[in-house]
Amino acid sequence: MAVTTDARDIDAAGSSSRKIVERGLARRKRNEVIFKGIGLGAILIGISLVAVLFGSILYKGVPAFTQATLHLDVTFDPAIVNVPEKPVQGADENDADYYERLLSWQRRLVFVNWNRVIQDAIAKVVPAAADNARDAAGMVASGERVRLRDMVAEDPSLIGTTKAVSLVAAANIDVWLKGNIDRSLAQSKQQLTALQQEWADDLYDRGVITMAFSSVLFTNVDSRSSPATAGLLGAMVGSIMMMLIVMFCAVPVGVMAAVYLEEFAPKNRLTDIIEVNINNLAAVPSIVFGLLGAAIFINLLGLPLSAPLVGGLVLSLMTLPTVIIASRASLRAVPPSIRQAALGVGASPTQAMFHHTLPLAVPGMLTGAIIGVAQALGETAPLLLIGMNAFVPNVPTTPIEQSTALPVQIYLWQGNEMRNFFEARTAAAILILLAVMISMNAFAIFMRHRFERRW
Amino acid sequence: MNTLIVVAVILLGLSFAYRWGVATSRKVASTTGAKMHSRYGYHGILVALWCAIPAAIVFVLYLVFEPMIAEAIMQSYLPRAVAADPALTADAMGRIRNIASGFGASGEIPAYQQAAANALSRVSNTAGLATIALAAAAGIIGAAMARARITPDLRARNFVEIAVRIMLIVCSAIAILTTLGIVLSVLSESIRFFTYVNVFDFLFGTTWNPRFSSTGSGGQGEFGLLPLLWGTIMITIIAMLIAVPIGLMSAIYLSEYAGSKFRFIAKPLLEVLAGIPTIVYGIFAIFTVGPVFYEIGKLIGLDIRAASAFTAGTVMGIMIIPFVSSLSDDIISQVPQAMRDGSYGLGATKSETIRRVILPAALPGIVGAFLLAVSRAVGETMIVVLAAGNSPVLTLNPFDAVSTVTVTIVNQLTGDSDFASPQSLVAFALGLTLFVLTLCLNVVAIYIVKRYREQYE
Repeated sequence: MAVTTDARDIDAAGSSSRKIVERGLARRKRNEVIFKGIGLGAILIGISLVAVLFGSILYKGVPAFTQATLHLDVTFDPAIVNVPEKPVQGADENDADYYERLLSWQRRLVFVNWNRVIQDAIAKVVPAAADNARDAAGMVASGERVRLRDMVAEDPSLIGTTKAVSLVAAANIDVWLKGNIDRSLAQSKQQLTALQQEWADDLYDRGVITMAFSSVLFTNVDSRSSPATAGLLGAMVGSIMMMLIVMFCAVPVGVMAAVYLEEFAPKNRLTDIIEVNINNLAAVPSIVFGLLGAAIFINLLGLPLSAPLVGGLVLSLMTLPTVIIASRASLRAVPPSIRQAALGVGASPTQAMFHHTLPLAVPGMLTGAIIGVAQALGETAPLLLIGMNAFVPNVPTTPIEQSTALPVQIYLWQGNEMRNFFEARTAAAILILLAVMISMNAFAIFMRHRFERRW
Repeated sequence: MNTLIVVAVILLGLSFAYRWGVATSRKVASTTGAKMHSRYGYHGILVALWCAIPAAIVFVLYLVFEPMIAEAIMQSYLPRAVAADPALTADAMGRIRNIASGFGASGEIPAYQQAAANALSRVSNTAGLATIALAAAAGIIGAAMARARITPDLRARNFVEIAVRIMLIVCSAIAILTTLGIVLSVLSESIRFFTYVNVFDFLFGTTWNPRFSSTGSGGQGEFGLLPLLWGTIMITIIAMLIAVPIGLMSAIYLSEYAGSKFRFIAKPLLEVLAGIPTIVYGIFAIFTVGPVFYEIGKLIGLDIRAASAFTAGTVMGIMIIPFVSSLSDDIISQVPQAMRDGSYGLGATKSETIRRVILPAALPGIVGAFLLAVSRAVGETMIVVLAAGNSPVLTLNPFDAVSTVTVTIVNQLTGDSDFASPQSLVAFALGLTLFVLTLCLNVVAIYIVKRYREQYE
């Protein structure tokens, strides 16, 4: 108490504690700088990790977007492509019989010696190929034989003509020319024969082989026998189907559930349970949703394995809590005065909700929905449990056909034994997946900035 | 194409019903001169609802019974020899369906198939037409009844709102049903598993060696949870050791030190990490991080495997950084400004304020955030599937390969083994363990975070 203390005592105490403070000042300032430095360092570490992650994937993936391609003049010699006329449906023939005949014609086409066609085409640029059938056939990806066959199946008049065709080179040629193989390795350990190595280098110098844009990556489906022509089309279509299912299931249901919980639900025990339950559901590991899908959709309801329908439903259930939470937050962000004004002029609670509050909350809800759907797009674990890791060399046309998805395809490719080729392909697939996800997220952020209203 | 036409017809019918309701209510209003309780549009919607619901019921009944009827018809035509063999039956039925649909079947068509197909197409045509007629009739009758009830006093809006309310409740119930579905499916399959394997052997067993289901009755295999659980815990600890310091310090810097410009750039950059799919982290771990660790280990004379608990934990830590930092950021910024001002007023520096005042005040919330991060790490799958090395042994060495609960779920369910074998069912027991584990973490974490928020509101 100041009344009982001498003024000089206070002065003395003040100066002595001032001394204590001053003595510690340098240390405290240093600590301050160090602490701030640690904080800044932590952020820089975090950001540099982002940079390393993207850098390493870009470094690995970008080369896979170009691929060694042979530009050859292919002659469809009638002596080799020796098939009868393509059948035409008779007037009194039913569809089944016609398809049977068509199939047998196509089967004839399959048995054509396409390797010979390719060998002849190569022999036009490297005469030595005429005597080395095996080496010549090994230059071109084996899937390209199928493409030549399909060209003829589509247009039989090609037989007997010569056409300039760009054929994707075999995976080993691509790896060889890109330098992803140790050229000093003993010949016995090399995948390519000495002749193939020599031809590859020679043709690359002459411009017959170029590094062209790898369009097969986008137009082909996965392939085991022909790694160089394995593409992502099937996986992309599967993923798109699942996205659509998530959009049409999770988003409307989530928005309506949010409307109910935020506006109409009575405040009681049950609502509390629902509330806790939704928060929990958002944090349940995704693989548990896969177990749910395996047990209920596949085992109990008997839906087909590896179908985008099942995948879409599982991902919808997984995304639902995210959508509900985001929608509730954006409903809550609409000021209560809007609702009160509507109620004040005689609107019912339902009218106030659907005519006034909900339209104002739509931008926020949309942002949440897009982020949720993007998350579902990248999800892998639950899809593995419903059989989507199966090898599917087709493009699904309906959601109950077998299919893969982009992230699952990435998982399958990383495990491919032809690692020096598929490492780049895997990284390229990741780049495509990330590009889609980042543009979705960017769109969501754009929407938020464009339509966000501050009250 | 066909479905598109059906949808178009239905929409057209509904809009007619709506128009009808609106027009009738207008007429009622003008002829009686009374004030309508509800606006015209609600009468229209009510009539449309009364049109749609009966028609929908008819269609659902058709969809349920049509396959049964078709099967019964085909069965009745099958010769005894064919009916006895399920494979032949399925083949014959496929052919009959193709013939009936007009596509035809290849080869010679047996007389019974032709007869069955004729009967089938006749019945299915009549049934289809009958259903359409019935549905249309039901819809029209429903709509007409609803229309006849339109009076000025009819509380059309209230009825429509009840229908809307029911729809909203159904949607909210789906969230509950999902949880229920998870619990029931995982629990029932787990119980099936525990008929093969003792619960205590599962929970406290130290050996994981499930064998293959095809090796027969000789050996059950050993299903000890502990090696997997330990692998999970070890990887989670490594992940947290990386994510917590970096995440927390970033959050502190962002919320207390950073200027708004720096924050505007750095925060989204860091949050990019949160949006990257886990499979990408997994690939990053095996293509980049694992080999780098292996080389570093060779340099300093340590045996670090490329796929190890350390690799998986490190990459998982990177994945969790934004999770920790954004949650902590939220929580730190909720500490009232008055506490900071009080501390500054006493002469404390910024870092002292943060360490002595803000962090203790925010501690409960931050602990909650850590628990959420732990639960995320425990349930993470793809990183560990790719980078943990899949070796279910008890080891203390973080540079060894390990296996985790999630990895084993994937391994046991993606194989070719029979769904009813203990080798597959164990995945559900593991899933139950995982679910209970993360549920406890989440409940505690959410409770703490919520209490914390209320404290400062």
